[in-house]
Amino acid sequence: MLDGQSNRLGVLFLAWVFGLGLIFLVSERAAAQERTPYPSDDAVNAVAKQLYCPVCENVSLDVCPTRACAEWRELIRQKLAEGWDVEQIRAYFAAQYGDRVLAEPPRRGINWLIYLFPPLFLLGGILVVYRVLRRAPSISPEVEPHVPDETDQRYLTLVEEELKRRK
Amino acid sequence: MLIYLGFGALVIALLTALFGVVAAVYATRSGGKAANWLESARRSMVISFPLLTVALLCLAALLALGDFQVQFVYSVTSRAMPLHLKVSALWGGQAGSLLFWCWLLAAFLLAAAQRTWAQEQDMLPYMVIVGQITLAFFLGLIILIENPFARFWLLPNGEQVAAVFQPRVALPLLPPDGRGLNPLLRHPGMILHPPMLYLGFVAYVIPFALAVAALITGRSDDAWIRAARRWVLIAWLFLSLGLILGARWAYDVLGWGGYWGWDPVEIAALMPWLSSTAFLHSMVIQERRGLFKRWNVVLIIITYALVILGTFLTRSGVLSSVHAFAQSAIGPLFFAFIAAVLMISLGLLLWRWNALRAEGEVHSLLSREAFFLFNNFLFMGVLAVCLWGVLFPLVSELIGGQRITVGPPFYERAIAPLFGALMFLMAAAPLSAWKRSTFRSLAGTGWKPAVASLFVPAVSLVFGVRNPVALIGLWLAGMVVIFSLYEYGRAVVLRRRRTGQRWITALWTLAGSNRRRYGGYIIHLGMALMALGIIGIELFQAETQGTLAQGESLRLRDYNITYRSLAVFDTSDLRYVVRAAIGVEKDGVLLGELHPRVDYYYDSEQQVTVPAVRATLLDDLYVVLVDWEPISLQAATFKVYDNPLVSWLWIGALVFVVGVMVALWPQKDEEG
Repeated sequence: MLDGQSNRLGVLFLAWVFGLGLIFLVSERAAAQERTPYPSDDAVNAVAKQLYCPVCENVSLDVCPTRACAEWRELIRQKLAEGWDVEQIRAYFAAQYGDRVLAEPPRRGINWLIYLFPPLFLLGGILVVYRVLRRAPSISPEVEPHVPDETDQRYLTLVEEELKRRK
Repeated sequence: MLIYLGFGALVIALLTALFGVVAAVYATRSGGKAANWLESARRSMVISFPLLTVALLCLAALLALGDFQVQFVYSVTSRAMPLHLKVSALWGGQAGSLLFWCWLLAAFLLAAAQRTWAQEQDMLPYMVIVGQITLAFFLGLIILIENPFARFWLLPNGEQVAAVFQPRVALPLLPPDGRGLNPLLRHPGMILHPPMLYLGFVAYVIPFALAVAALITGRSDDAWIRAARRWVLIAWLFLSLGLILGARWAYDVLGWGGYWGWDPVEIAALMPWLSSTAFLHSMVIQERRGLFKRWNVVLIIITYALVILGTFLTRSGVLSSVHAFAQSAIGPLFFAFIAAVLMISLGLLLWRWNALRAEGEVHSLLSREAFFLFNNFLFMGVLAVCLWGVLFPLVSELIGGQRITVGPPFYERAIAPLFGALMFLMAAAPLSAWKRSTFRSLAGTGWKPAVASLFVPAVSLVFGVRNPVALIGLWLAGMVVIFSLYEYGRAVVLRRRRTGQRWITALWTLAGSNRRRYGGYIIHLGMALMALGIIGIELFQAETQGTLAQGESLRLRDYNITYRSLAVFDTSDLRYVVRAAIGVEKDGVLLGELHPRVDYYYDSEQQVTVPAVRATLLDDLYVVLVDWEPISLQAATFKVYDNPLVSWLWIGALVFVVGVMVALWPQKDEEG
């Protein structure tokens, strides 16, 4: 009987300790959440600016006026509140809605073509310009006899007249 | 009645265009009667315009009268719209804008037909062929696919169809009201933006036709360049105006605090501008030195192909974009037309390759022509980046099956250095001489303004600018302004000494003495001012967003905005308006009240965010109403931008347009 009573007391004690611990944990979590600042609109927009609306056409998520985009901004806020960083959120949106939500194609596979083309074009253009200039009989940094055009000739005449007048 | 009259005029215009092509072909072949055939071909260009004017007026009347049985009228107007919007809805949808395109082309063909062709008589038939084939292509699209006169009919099985003529056993379907114009298009900027853009696009048909005519006739002189010069400038002016108005519209209406989003359709309009800007510089070299003859033909072919590509991208809906309201199934035809244009014109160029050999060489790396060559290289670089950025999503989707976005970061990173280099050329090139120029001669002329230009970054540093990109950009913009003013000032001083004119008179008459050159300088000044605005908004824009209860404030830099009240009301043109009143203070001084609002259009069931802007020369305060508490109206969310120097973008654009007008103005024979 006594054993049974002490057992019950033991169970009650353990339940009390467990309950107390639970309350402590919950309150601690709530306090922790209270201590973490709720992400501001500016923090949300800074991330949303790097993402494109998954359903609209070429509108970044920070300025899209649709209700759906407002909800996606709230999702970003939620993720930020949970401690996610920008890269994690971008990866999450790309996984959910495809690479079109990213402002730039990710650097992999065929997408490298878009990044390689501008420098390749630049090199090709420099080569063409070089070939055009190389055809010139003499490209010299030295002073060459200047052959003025019609307009410049008129200009030079004016200068000469002016010089004569000053003399 | 109006429907049959308009449609009939369209069909006759198509037949006239086709007849013009046939007559022009005969004019090139039949010996004795060639002159008669040529005159007939020329007259076909004259008659197209009044025919298409009739068609256009019929459609405008249908829009104004609100005949909603006409599919196009139903899709772009509603009873509540004011008359000016009903008429401007002509270019608010696919079919109407294509008709408008044709009407403008017919107007340009009429003007081309009226010019004196004495020295280029041999080119006229080919000019007619190219012009009328282009017109016939677009008229064919309108008549067969995108007919603006098609009406709604109800079949006995309940199906609705659209056709000009009444199908057998069908009954007319008369909707009580139309869907109304897309609210984004009900803005003065958007009323003018499409016509300007189309004017620019269409005017390039004439220089292209002249280039093709020169290739076919085998003329290797610069006759086609001389004939095309004014047309290119006119096209360039309108295209520039179209781009500027589009940017202003985006700034005023789209509510994202910017003016340019690197949207594919924006880029589609920019691309022919880039190639024709390169052409405007390059053609001077052909005129002055007989160089770059092949390259000039290539540039005008590229420009024309880009014009058709631009129309195709805008009208076909092949790319995702905010302009996707104009989607339809005309894509493959456009694609085939562009392919045919490129194949035929480049084939002709190869045929005449040897005849178009340059008459000289570039003698010096620092000569004017070398600078123009670098200029062309840079413009082509920007164009290549733009074209690749627009087309790559299609390539990616075709090959990888993945739809991707190529957004502003790609373009800005690739293009900013090229624009920087262009700014440098804009400053330095006017100081270089034709044929031979050396570093010593260039430095001798340019060291004073070069030193003076260093004050710009120095002053910027004093005012707290630390961003190196901004400092370089401001220095380059300053260089353009100082070098241009220095060059102009030198010429004015000399003119005064020579003629004894007053300062003002010398300033004015000098510009008149060589309008192309000094018009060009003014254009460069405009570009430098625009660059100032772009640097300001791109590198120094600040933004914040917050939800405010009435009486609460939000701070951004020196501004403090206070939410005062929110009003909700209906308007007579069927809008539901939510309008906020916010007080604006700067450094503690009350500046006034702004009213950002959101308009909901009942007819089209769409809403538009209308930002409130307080613009000064230093910065724009730009406030957007993002959200609000619907019933109590006690709280509202605002997004606030501070856009430094952005006013200079619009001022620069005005200066730019003035410069083009000066360059376009007919030149007097000789200076006074």
